[in-house]
Amino acid sequence: MSAEDVTVHMQVNGRSFALEIPAHHTLLDVLRDTVRLTGTKECCSEGECGACTVLVNGQAVCSCLVLAVEMEGREITTIEGLASGGQLDPLQEAFVATGAVQCGFCIPGMIMAARQLLASNPQPSRAEIQEALVGNLCRCGGYSRILDAVARAADLRR
Amino acid sequence: MRPFAYLRPTTLDQTIAALSDPTAKPYLLAGGTDLIVRLRRGHLRPTIVIDTKRIRDLHDEIVAVDGGLRVGAGVTMTSIMRDARVRQHFEALVESASVVGSVQIRNRATLVGNICNASPAADTVPALLVYNAVANVVGPAGARSVPLFEFFTGPGRTVLTRGEILESVDLPFPKQPVGAAFGRITRRRGVDLATINLCGLIDRDGAARFAFGAVAPTPLLATDNSGALVANGADVSARASALRALFSRSRPITDVRGSQEYRNAMLEVMTDRTWHVAAGRLRRRLETGSA
Repeated sequence: MSAEDVTVHMQVNGRSFALEIPAHHTLLDVLRDTVRLTGTKECCSEGECGACTVLVNGQAVCSCLVLAVEMEGREITTIEGLASGGQLDPLQEAFVATGAVQCGFCIPGMIMAARQLLASNPQPSRAEIQEALVGNLCRCGGYSRILDAVARAADLRR
Repeated sequence: MRPFAYLRPTTLDQTIAALSDPTAKPYLLAGGTDLIVRLRRGHLRPTIVIDTKRIRDLHDEIVAVDGGLRVGAGVTMTSIMRDARVRQHFEALVESASVVGSVQIRNRATLVGNICNASPAADTVPALLVYNAVANVVGPAGARSVPLFEFFTGPGRTVLTRGEILESVDLPFPKQPVGAAFGRITRRRGVDLATINLCGLIDRDGAARFAFGAVAPTPLLATDNSGALVANGADVSARASALRALFSRSRPITDVRGSQEYRNAMLEVMTDRTWHVAAGRLRRRLETGSA
């Protein structure tokens, strides 16, 4: 059985890509190494830590657990896709203003998971924010300010 | 990850043919939340991965069928949690789906994948068992339906034979008001597997169905029709012995998540607690007269 490259068409942050990629490369591999968007981080590589979270058609997923070839026709949003016209997204503004970023490695995943939450629930309770981020680990332990930042972003959008 | 070929079939016939190819070592890919972890670790080494998500005959919807709901192979945990009909009739299934992994995992992981993975600790399986779920299987020899309690043959093993696919799962509506509840012990919410999990269901006459996970090579289903488990039952000692009999076939092992002794102790605690929640729900349901 041969394992040849597969052609995949996907949109990443509004740009269309037609990529020839091996079937065993994950979406995370392709975003970082082929599309060259390194904001999405690789950490546990098994869906436990959430550092690689991106949106696929608006849904938060761990890009380490998705094969890039599965993304035919899908729209992917990464952390690089949030700012527009030199303006940070309100979520990004809130993370900066709250001092929620320590080492920063988990933050792209935190923000993308929070993004799905606020898109479907613009005024989440503290418990709802916690539930939305249950799959995102922060090794600095800075959870309180991360939760504050998401709450602040929700307030900013009000 | 080691290289493999990738197939994205659009029909069931193509899929069954690819699965039946004697020269290949195929694996089906639905949500991928278990498969891709095991591919990366090298536990599985397929020659070809067959993506089920574009097969036209395998839908990703929950549809009404005669006397119940049919959950297609593409339905994710997130879809289970959001569906108003599932929430109304199968609340313990919603509870169990909502503890599978994290939001990111539930957006990909499918109910049918959770079943086919056949983990003894699969969180949704105890709920499916007490609700009398039926597995609809298609394969080279045609279609067949298997009650879910006959589906599992061991850890990671099912009655599916070469070329067969679990196409959908049927959930019959309970014929009379029931109360059901899901229970689980885990070390960390969000990412860890269950140390034990269980689901209990009782009806008006006290007929009870309880199912237990992570305490035997396959999920266990047990029933009690003695009446000792009736929702307003006052005989506490009869109830305690009836509940103990329900998990008498369990034989938990010691592993990283807990010792055999701990699991046995928690079975007793959680079975009692789950009965209380289920009984409370049934009493409220009967008081308010809602189905």
